[in-house]
Amino acid sequence: MKTIEEINERIREGNVCVVTAEEMKEIVESLGVEKAAKEVDVVTTGTFGAMCSSGVFMNFGHSDPPIKMQRVWLNDVEAYTGIAAVDAYLGVTQISESREDYGGAHVIEELVSGREVELRAVGYGTDCYPRKEIVTEISLEDLNQAVMVNPRNAYQRYRAATNSSDRVLRTYMGTLLPNFGNVTFAGCGEISPLNNDPEFRTIGIGTRIFLCGAKGYIIGEGTQHSPPFGTLMVKGNLREMKPEYMRAAVFPGYGVTMFVGIGIPIPILDEEMAKFTAVRDKEIVTEIIDFGVPRRSRPIVRRVTYEELKSGRVEINGEDVRVSPLSSFYMARKIMKDLKKLIEKGEFYLTKPVERLPKRGELKPMRQREIKVVRSVMTSAITVSEETTIEEAARIMIERSVNHLPVVTPDGVLVGIVTSWDIAKAVALGKRGSVREVMTKNVIVTHPDEPVEIAAKKMEEHDISALPVVDAKRRVIGLVTSEDLSRLVAR
Amino acid sequence: MLLLLRYDSKTVKQPVISRATLKTGALINILRATVGARRGEIVIEVEDEKARDVENVLKEMGVEVIELIGAVVKDESKCIHCGACISICPTEVFRFDNEMRVIAEAERCVHCGACIRVCPTNALSLPV
Repeated sequence: MKTIEEINERIREGNVCVVTAEEMKEIVESLGVEKAAKEVDVVTTGTFGAMCSSGVFMNFGHSDPPIKMQRVWLNDVEAYTGIAAVDAYLGVTQISESREDYGGAHVIEELVSGREVELRAVGYGTDCYPRKEIVTEISLEDLNQAVMVNPRNAYQRYRAATNSSDRVLRTYMGTLLPNFGNVTFAGCGEISPLNNDPEFRTIGIGTRIFLCGAKGYIIGEGTQHSPPFGTLMVKGNLREMKPEYMRAAVFPGYGVTMFVGIGIPIPILDEEMAKFTAVRDKEIVTEIIDFGVPRRSRPIVRRVTYEELKSGRVEINGEDVRVSPLSSFYMARKIMKDLKKLIEKGEFYLTKPVERLPKRGELKPMRQREIKVVRSVMTSAITVSEETTIEEAARIMIERSVNHLPVVTPDGVLVGIVTSWDIAKAVALGKRGSVREVMTKNVIVTHPDEPVEIAAKKMEEHDISALPVVDAKRRVIGLVTSEDLSRLVAR
Repeated sequence: MLLLLRYDSKTVKQPVISRATLKTGALINILRATVGARRGEIVIEVEDEKARDVENVLKEMGVEVIELIGAVVKDESKCIHCGACISICPTEVFRFDNEMRVIAEAERCVHCGACIRVCPTNALSLPV
């Protein structure tokens, strides 16, 4: 048994034994838990991944005459200023209003790298804050405070992603190739902080951490904290941070985010902590989920361990699928090693948490008024058979004033669709005969239980104005048009 | 050898690759093709021995032929070694070294360009 005070005493004396989480696994394997607990004082852990829930509180100081900022932009990226006059919070994922592939993360990176950014603010003017607008340049040293406060960082583990659909998906989990073409995963597994203290015995409120090169602190459990998918809320002084431990990034089709580097020292107080820090990737289990289903509950494709994910290949439906990490193991390792050096040099002391983090958490879905589905907006479809002549189809369209005719078999199964445009084109080209010759065979469809947002996205992506609604046997049960959906929006 | 072919509005309508194969007997692998109404660009792979013959035949037909020497380039100052590119590359150009750094074995690159847009730090580029 050791106390944090005793460990700090050893740091002061210069005889502390610090090892990285990677080294600890080997030490426990060769010496056993008991001996390892005696010999090792501190295990350093690290992670370096895209952490969207990050940002910086800033205080700009007062202008003359003063302004109460109602809205503020830094390099055209808006920061939230619904707080005091010249306080604002710049989130990393906020995107620039004028520049592509640029956002809050880039502004923060520029500031940390010592560059100036343009500040533009507007206010409504009051007796105490008469000024209504200001444009100026600021750098990190011009600010009174710049404090990184990240509501959700350092995910203990995360669900890996794949894609069963037939198109490329651009997601916050990176680019997912069609037909289970690849798998991506986040998190550093056995070297990641929370996996080495799964009971939150030493990682708690007040724990001093390495945050992007600065000494930071844990200020609570992160949002959506639900062990074993634990998360941390952290803070640190932006002025002490180094650009090499953070990186603005763009996930194509998703947007801007920031790679954040975090290192946490874990005191080996007893054998239990030695055992915890010996955790291996093969014991850390997560799931691969299917982003091909654009719903909140995405189907689980399979369970998987971090060992399998890190091997670079996993098996899905009998096929060998290649895997991409989205966190940098190289940087996570560097952080573990750098933190180890800081402690050995007596530049970083450990703290005892003032409060433990909850061991449980519930991740509730959003309470919604309703989830509007296609069934509630669809209209009955007027269908025709493949043998229907083009003239007959034209007559039906005019009589029933519709623009889309799903083409069905005698059993009602969808085989194609003709639009008024198809008919007009056929007439213009002097085509005669049946709708079979002019119909679109590869029909994009929707289902009665599909949310209307998904149906709208399908129409937008394929540049079409209606979708036949089909049941599980592909029988046409209705039609939903873009007019039906816009009526919904207009209401 | 990798060749970048550029077509104009005249040659774009002709079956130039089939003709090149028939004339030279060379097997041609199409790696990337963007063919529009007025012009097109195709990257092909040809066995080294017959590359010159293929090049000459294509040039006779009015196709601009550029030999692709440089493969994908990784800007080391930008790369954070996350590995997002690893599972995207069809020819497995990218892998981790012992230090868990992402390294690019550029000689395997077929210029498909898939990795370029995938890199979150914009560290990859394809020179022409």
